[in-house]
Amino acid sequence: MNNSKTAAALKTMLAALICILAGLVIGFIVLLVLAYTGIAAKGEPFTMLDVIKTAYNDGFKQLLMGGFYLKPRAVRNEIALAAPLIMTGLSVGFAFKTGLFNIGAAGQYTVGALGALIFALIFKLPWYVCLLGAALFGAVWGAIPGFFKAYLNINEVITAIMFNWIGLYAVNTLTYMGGNSPMYNLKTTKTWPIAAKSEWSVIPDLGTTYFKKPATIAIFLAVAIALVLYVVLNKTTFGYELKACGLSKTSAKYAGINEKRNIILSMTISGALAGFGAGLYYLSGVAEWQPLVSTVLPSMGFDGISVALLASSNPIGIILSALFISHISTGGGMMNANLFPPEIADVISGVIIYLCAFLMLFRNALGRIFTRKNKGGTK
Amino acid sequence: MNDYVIEMLNITKTFPGIKANDNITLQLRRGEIHALLGENGAGKSTLMSVLFGLYQPDEGVIKKDGKEVKINNPNDANALHIGMVHQHFKLVEVFSVLDNIILGAEDTQAGFLKKKDARKKVMELSEKYGLKVDPDALIEDISVGMQQRVEILKMLYRDNDILILDEPTAVLTPQEIDELMEIMREFAREGKSILFITHKLNEIMAVADRCTVLRKGKYMGTVDIKDTTKEDLSRMMVGRDVSFTVEKKEKLAKEVVLEVRHVTVPSKLHKNNAVKDVSFEVRAGEIVCLAGIEGNGQTEFVQALTGLEKMSAGRIQLCGKDISKFSIRDRALAGISHIPEDRHKHGLVLDYTLEDNMVLQRYFEPAFQHAGFINKKAVRAYTDRLIEEYDIRSGQGPVTIARSMSGGNQQKAIVGREIDRGTPLLIAVQPTRGLDVGAIEYIHKQLVRVRDAGCAVLLVSLELDEVMNVSDRILIMYEGELVGEFDPKYATVQELGLYMAGARRQPQFGGKEDEVTDDE
Ligand SMILES: Nc1ncnc2c1ncn2[C@@H]1O[C@H](COP(=O)(O)OP(=O)(O)OP(=O)(O)O)[C@@H](O)[C@H]1O
Ligand SMILES: [Mg+2]
Repeated sequence: MNNSKTAAALKTMLAALICILAGLVIGFIVLLVLAYTGIAAKGEPFTMLDVIKTAYNDGFKQLLMGGFYLKPRAVRNEIALAAPLIMTGLSVGFAFKTGLFNIGAAGQYTVGALGALIFALIFKLPWYVCLLGAALFGAVWGAIPGFFKAYLNINEVITAIMFNWIGLYAVNTLTYMGGNSPMYNLKTTKTWPIAAKSEWSVIPDLGTTYFKKPATIAIFLAVAIALVLYVVLNKTTFGYELKACGLSKTSAKYAGINEKRNIILSMTISGALAGFGAGLYYLSGVAEWQPLVSTVLPSMGFDGISVALLASSNPIGIILSALFISHISTGGGMMNANLFPPEIADVISGVIIYLCAFLMLFRNALGRIFTRKNKGGTK
Repeated sequence: MNDYVIEMLNITKTFPGIKANDNITLQLRRGEIHALLGENGAGKSTLMSVLFGLYQPDEGVIKKDGKEVKINNPNDANALHIGMVHQHFKLVEVFSVLDNIILGAEDTQAGFLKKKDARKKVMELSEKYGLKVDPDALIEDISVGMQQRVEILKMLYRDNDILILDEPTAVLTPQEIDELMEIMREFAREGKSILFITHKLNEIMAVADRCTVLRKGKYMGTVDIKDTTKEDLSRMMVGRDVSFTVEKKEKLAKEVVLEVRHVTVPSKLHKNNAVKDVSFEVRAGEIVCLAGIEGNGQTEFVQALTGLEKMSAGRIQLCGKDISKFSIRDRALAGISHIPEDRHKHGLVLDYTLEDNMVLQRYFEPAFQHAGFINKKAVRAYTDRLIEEYDIRSGQGPVTIARSMSGGNQQKAIVGREIDRGTPLLIAVQPTRGLDVGAIEYIHKQLVRVRDAGCAVLLVSLELDEVMNVSDRILIMYEGELVGEFDPKYATVQELGLYMAGARRQPQFGGKEDEVTDDE
């Protein structure tokens, strides 16, 4: 039906695939260099083939296989990681679609984590209530930059960055409180595991090989929300308005769309999505919050930016790109640590992300290449 | 020596769903003004974009001075001294006039801009050709007329001698058009060659040496202007006779629909008010035209009326209801349709499809949504109907991205959308800007039709022909104030001109009695 739309979607996907491929190639080259220095340091004779073999067997293979390198445990980790990543990706992507840059997903995620912990460890409420609590906390944290933008015309990026840090230290303080916080476990210096305090606050799993804790049903919830967002953005009047604001503020204004309201709503929803993501992560029992050592914002928030960029903010694409990012970072963690630091996975995803920043350029260039090819065909 | 500076031979360019240029040949002589004429969507802008390196032709060659050249991008074009003023200007809104002119051709010394030299050169050019600009004003604050001059200066600054002007006069006042045509003649005398796109046949007759006509992407022929007439040209272009006058019955003005009292709107450009204490009314069944030279407050007034701008004093009453405090949406719902002046800034979400744009003012109506879900079928059917009625041409119909449509067809889409809303008040700002003669004829008929159906129409137009032909009553605005009211049947263009220039003012608008005695 929509020929031009499908063509554009195909182009975008192709561009994303090219970015991924280029990222992997560069990653492999880095691995080769590291493998070379590592082997050469041993002082034994070796051939180039050895270097390639090492780079592949001790690093690249893990990267490609991701969690499947260590079935089924690592697969479960990969899935558990993908769920919140989808959410932060959606958080950033949703804001993008409406013309806002939500760099505050990290902060909203952090505050959302606090929400989840309070509702689970203190009030001991069932998991779905805790999830909503997490979303609520995130929503508030997202709404604040929205208000600043709408009513004081302060760029959301600046406010969001400040609120990222305010959020982080507020959460650290509240979960620790000099060791007196009811959420804080003195022995482990982390917050209490949810399961230990309130069994039913933990998100249930399916109990199958691959969908066992920490791979809870969180992933399905995230996918469901992505689908809902897709529908909201593409089929509803609300999505129509939000996108119109994102594409042309002046035309949206002309059409009588309340831009201020939309900015706030959009940031609130973004924040809720990020907060919900934190809920999925902490209520699945993947990890606990560490108030004393959490001095940087959780990378989940910033990875959301990458996820959204790679998917051109398309909710369905975000599911795929989040799975991909979680795949290679899980794989990265299983590389031979003597030769390759696990950060290599970050390097590769970094490269991919940088390439994605040029995605728009790529897309246009691809268009041009296609038309040129067609031209050749007709001659 | 070859007497053609530029030859475009057998150019073909295809877009999804449409052959925009189909084997077109265009030859431009040195020092000539060559007009390019064709209906909306005939492929004029596309052909010029090919020459300017924005599009690559699928087939055909371009020759400069008899030698084949490849123009892969605008930089190549610039190196060949080809410059273009686009139908929709390409200026950086938040940059100053001067910065826009030198952008991309900056002279630097040790990495620093040599702005002083640049300013001198710009001011010299501006002086020489009478292209008045304020070098330090921001683009977003200046009138389209001045933006146009900026675009022309941009080409001159780059020493271009093949100048492409894509509908330069669509946004200009009659006076500005005369000036521009004089400037074009001056360019031609200096040996510059000009490609000139316009839908106004009078301009072609007045200034062009030859004219190439396109129809639906095909080459219809090139004629010498001295051997042709307006009627010939329009027949060649549309394939039928076009009437240049509007037929309409006596007006039957009924109840007051719009009542404006003492409206004052502050200016963004200067400390004065852009609109000062304006009062008038528009009745159902009449077309009232707000005429004036561009930049005399019409834009601000309309924006205050529709809610896009805030007014500092005054009252607006629509169908007896005070709407001064209403939001934009509420005003639209209270009964205002608005064909905006700037189709790109306001009229369209350029990256939406045509069908999404067709419901920009109605997507929330029960006909187009149910429980918050957009009824795509209804939207499609509605769009199909408007496409049919208003002859909106595009590559892929309802799913065409608005950005890729030709300027005139974008305009037709907006005009169709707004007229079709059928509200008690229609505010039409330059509704026929950029339309071909056939489309203008049609839109004028539609304006008269809605007026006969009892709609109050407030027309804002710079086009004196349109003002005289279509309106029932003419109000003249000068420096934010109303200075005269006319019945087009008893007014002459010259007379209107005097009022627009501020030389006259009628007594009821505060003018001196003795000034107007010779008007009667
Ligand atoms: N970038 C593009 N992508 C797809 N289609 C395009 C693009 N540019 C133009 N077209 C199509 O090509 C046709 C010719 O467009 P063009 O802009 O050249 O018309 P035009 O003669 O300049 O008309 P107007 O008088 O309305 O400005 C139109 O049907 C338009 O929809
Ligand atoms: Mg055009």
